[in-house]
Amino acid sequence: MQYLLIITLDESVPPPMPGEPGFDENVQVWGDYTRAIMQSGVLVSGASLQPTPTATTVKHAAGATSIVDGPFAETKEAFAGYYLIDVPDLDAALEWAKKVPLGDGSVEVRPVAMMPDADGTPRTVG
Amino acid sequence: MLALLAARFNDVDRADDAVQDALVQAVETWATQSIPSNPAGWLYTVAHNRIIDGLRRDAAAARRLQLAAPELTAVPNPDQDEEVPDVETVLDDHGGVGDEQLRLMLLCCHPALDRDTQVALTLRLVGGLTTPEIAAAFLVPEATLAQRIVRAKRKIRDARIPLSIPADLDARVDALLTVLYLIFNEGYLARGGSSDPVRVSLADEAVRLTAQAIDLLSAGPGRVGAAEGGAPGSDTHRAEAEALLALELYHRARLDTRLDGAGEIVLLADQDRSRWDGAMIERANGILRRVLGVGPAGPYQLQALIASQHANAVTAADTDWVSITALYDQLMRVAGSPVVALNRAVAVAMADGPGAGLALLDELGDSLAGYHLYWASRGELLAKSADPQGARAAFERALGLTSNPAEQWHLQRRIASI
Repeated sequence: MQYLLIITLDESVPPPMPGEPGFDENVQVWGDYTRAIMQSGVLVSGASLQPTPTATTVKHAAGATSIVDGPFAETKEAFAGYYLIDVPDLDAALEWAKKVPLGDGSVEVRPVAMMPDADGTPRTVG
Repeated sequence: MLALLAARFNDVDRADDAVQDALVQAVETWATQSIPSNPAGWLYTVAHNRIIDGLRRDAAAARRLQLAAPELTAVPNPDQDEEVPDVETVLDDHGGVGDEQLRLMLLCCHPALDRDTQVALTLRLVGGLTTPEIAAAFLVPEATLAQRIVRAKRKIRDARIPLSIPADLDARVDALLTVLYLIFNEGYLARGGSSDPVRVSLADEAVRLTAQAIDLLSAGPGRVGAAEGGAPGSDTHRAEAEALLALELYHRARLDTRLDGAGEIVLLADQDRSRWDGAMIERANGILRRVLGVGPAGPYQLQALIASQHANAVTAADTDWVSITALYDQLMRVAGSPVVALNRAVAVAMADGPGAGLALLDELGDSLAGYHLYWASRGELLAKSADPQGARAAFERALGLTSNPAEQWHLQRRIASI
């Protein structure tokens, strides 16, 4: 069963930049986590996203679209990255979510409903 | 039975529906035909077959059907007595039903479900109460409660919340004990004296479930946990579960004297102790004696010790308030909260005089400004300190903060008597 780990955090607290104190440690803990999740064989995919100032949103309203500068919603916590994992049940997914080296933030754990088959047919997952 | 089927098919919802259907079928057919010689086996077979039929119809569950297929040919017709499966054999195959029952109980208190849902699900799936019964007991509209349970089962299915002994068993047992005590308090505060006999006794239900939880957690390694590589919960948590049972029994022993014939509140000091259930108190005493010294005293053990002081005092005047205060000191360290601090202040007032208690209440100030018992306690202590104006004002504030008719009536009478 696949679960998306949706990582959100408060962007007003920026992570340390190269050369700043804590940068190397930050790279280390995130690297450790990612390596562990890869080695476990459960990782389907994952990425960290550039922060919300780089976002552009296409709004859809009754079929009509418009383009807006910024993320889909202005919230205190911003969508920062994700891991898509394949594990037997929610508890297994929660264990991985707990280990995300966030410090402060949230990891939403959402089960995947459908994914496209090789030929594009939507198929129920899990 | 629900626990066994839920575990066998890894589907709480199907198992619940199947058991309900089997019970309905039993009511219908046993009235006209005779009751089978093995009613449990009959029910199990019917429910089991129901689930198989349902799975057959559900294309998406074909995989699960393949796992169950070997048993299809072995499942006999329930009306042919000689082929009814021996439920004892079924139980033995599963290493006793305790494992499944514990898993079901723990599932109901999974952190992915909010507290209200945990309470409803525990009563429904473990307690076996019907949705209307639970709704009536909590004074919640039936539709609301039904929706809550439907949503919970859906989430269990869709997010695949597992029926398993969790890795962090202690944390889950904590949640279970919280849920059980919530159920008990709902029953305890809502009942007593004259009450609707149709309303299920939640307090008694909580006691029953707490005893069941203790049994399940005490099961030996051969039944629980060995297959999953873990021990069935630490000794400290079993001890806390037992302490909770003792606490519930101490309260339950006094329940009938909490309200008088007119449905009005009777304070602890005024309750007729001859009508307290002595046997129940003795049972609680025995449990507490057994539990003392098993690891450091947890919050339920401390609360049970406090309740024990009250329950074993022959008259209100015999109450050992100094010991109670010391127990509250410990409780503040282990599980402190504004409400615990309030109760401690009341104990200090009894031991050292109302002035000492009032000083502590002053410190609490804002954190309990919206809690009617804070103001009621304040009123009592001010009345004892010969400050009728202050007492009246405090009781008035308490009155504005409670919607419970018995409490309102009690406060009005206190105001009038000053």
